[in-house]
Amino acid sequence: MNTNDLINSLAADQTPPGPPPGRMLMIAAIGALVAAAALFFAMVGPRDDIMTAMRTVRFDFKFVYTLTLAFSALAVAVRLAEPQPLKPGETLLLWLAPGLLMAAVIAELIAVPADLWMPRAIGNNSMICMRYIPMLSVVPVALVLWALRSGAPTNPWRAGAVAGLVGGGIGAAFYAAHCNDDSPLFVLVWYTIGIGVMALLGALAGSRFLRW
Amino acid sequence: MLAGLDGDAAAYRTLLEDLTPMLRTMARGGLARAGLGNADVEDVVQEILLAIHLKRGTWMRDQPFAPWANAIARHKLIDAMRRRGRRAETPIDDLIEILPDATPQPEKSASELSRIVMRLEGREQDVVQSISLDGKSIRDTAARLMISEGAVRVALHRGLKRLAKLYRDDDMAEQSP
Repeated sequence: MNTNDLINSLAADQTPPGPPPGRMLMIAAIGALVAAAALFFAMVGPRDDIMTAMRTVRFDFKFVYTLTLAFSALAVAVRLAEPQPLKPGETLLLWLAPGLLMAAVIAELIAVPADLWMPRAIGNNSMICMRYIPMLSVVPVALVLWALRSGAPTNPWRAGAVAGLVGGGIGAAFYAAHCNDDSPLFVLVWYTIGIGVMALLGALAGSRFLRW
Repeated sequence: MLAGLDGDAAAYRTLLEDLTPMLRTMARGGLARAGLGNADVEDVVQEILLAIHLKRGTWMRDQPFAPWANAIARHKLIDAMRRRGRRAETPIDDLIEILPDATPQPEKSASELSRIVMRLEGREQDVVQSISLDGKSIRDTAARLMISEGAVRVALHRGLKRLAKLYRDDDMAEQSP
């Protein structure tokens, strides 16, 4: 079978290529929010004092951080779905959420006396946090990976890790509404572990499912 | 490419035919630099064309076409070289002390694509072969196989996707022996 034979088949195959990966990723993100919300209200639920918590800076910051992470990672995922090599700075957006978190951590260290640092970092619910963030994130990560399959990511590990950050950020945002540890110090330690696990799983899954 | 995406099969064919010599040059250069010889150039070109076809949805109409095609080609070339590099490694080290003349003998095997098409199942194989080798149209293929044109289109598209997957699975099998 020579190359012209193959071109016969390629030219004859007029099946349209489907929506661009950017749109698939938007659809996946909406699906991820719906799926995480459904699981959250079915199995986890908001904390009892959510109405008063919502008026505190620390509680609100958890959503700023996790949603910034999810949507900046989504924007980077749209770019990674294209095959063209990255130019310097095109993944810089990924540092936005960590930057916000570091600023919040510094503010917390200034605002709170040193003997409270450790108790706040360790918190009350770290084990529940470890369990719920991955649980709420699995479906979101899978949806984003599925959307990335329609793209042409040249580095499946990297694209999978970013999918993990999108899904992990969404899962963590919902978990934040349940969690009664609001200190940025707690977020720095435990949310990072939970989301990090999802990024790692995403990278592993990506190396397998995002090859083309 | 624009015309091809909008369903102009003739324009699309011209595009693929015009790309082929460039891909050939690129594949030859890449394989030569990796010290892999010329025997596999056509296999690599075919793998790249298949990827360009299946991934054409990732080309955005407001982007220049050449860098996109180049990126796809580079990715598949690196992939193919890695696979062949692994394949070549072990035997060469063993043979180099035995053979006084180390000039590699190109294997005269059938092309990789022919081998992989044989692994397609039933109708997909019939359709891909009919359209590729015999140059039949979708309508003629439908008439010969006594199925609808829609079924031919579906089988063709699935067959091409499966070809890409079979290339990949070969790669995977070698990665984890």
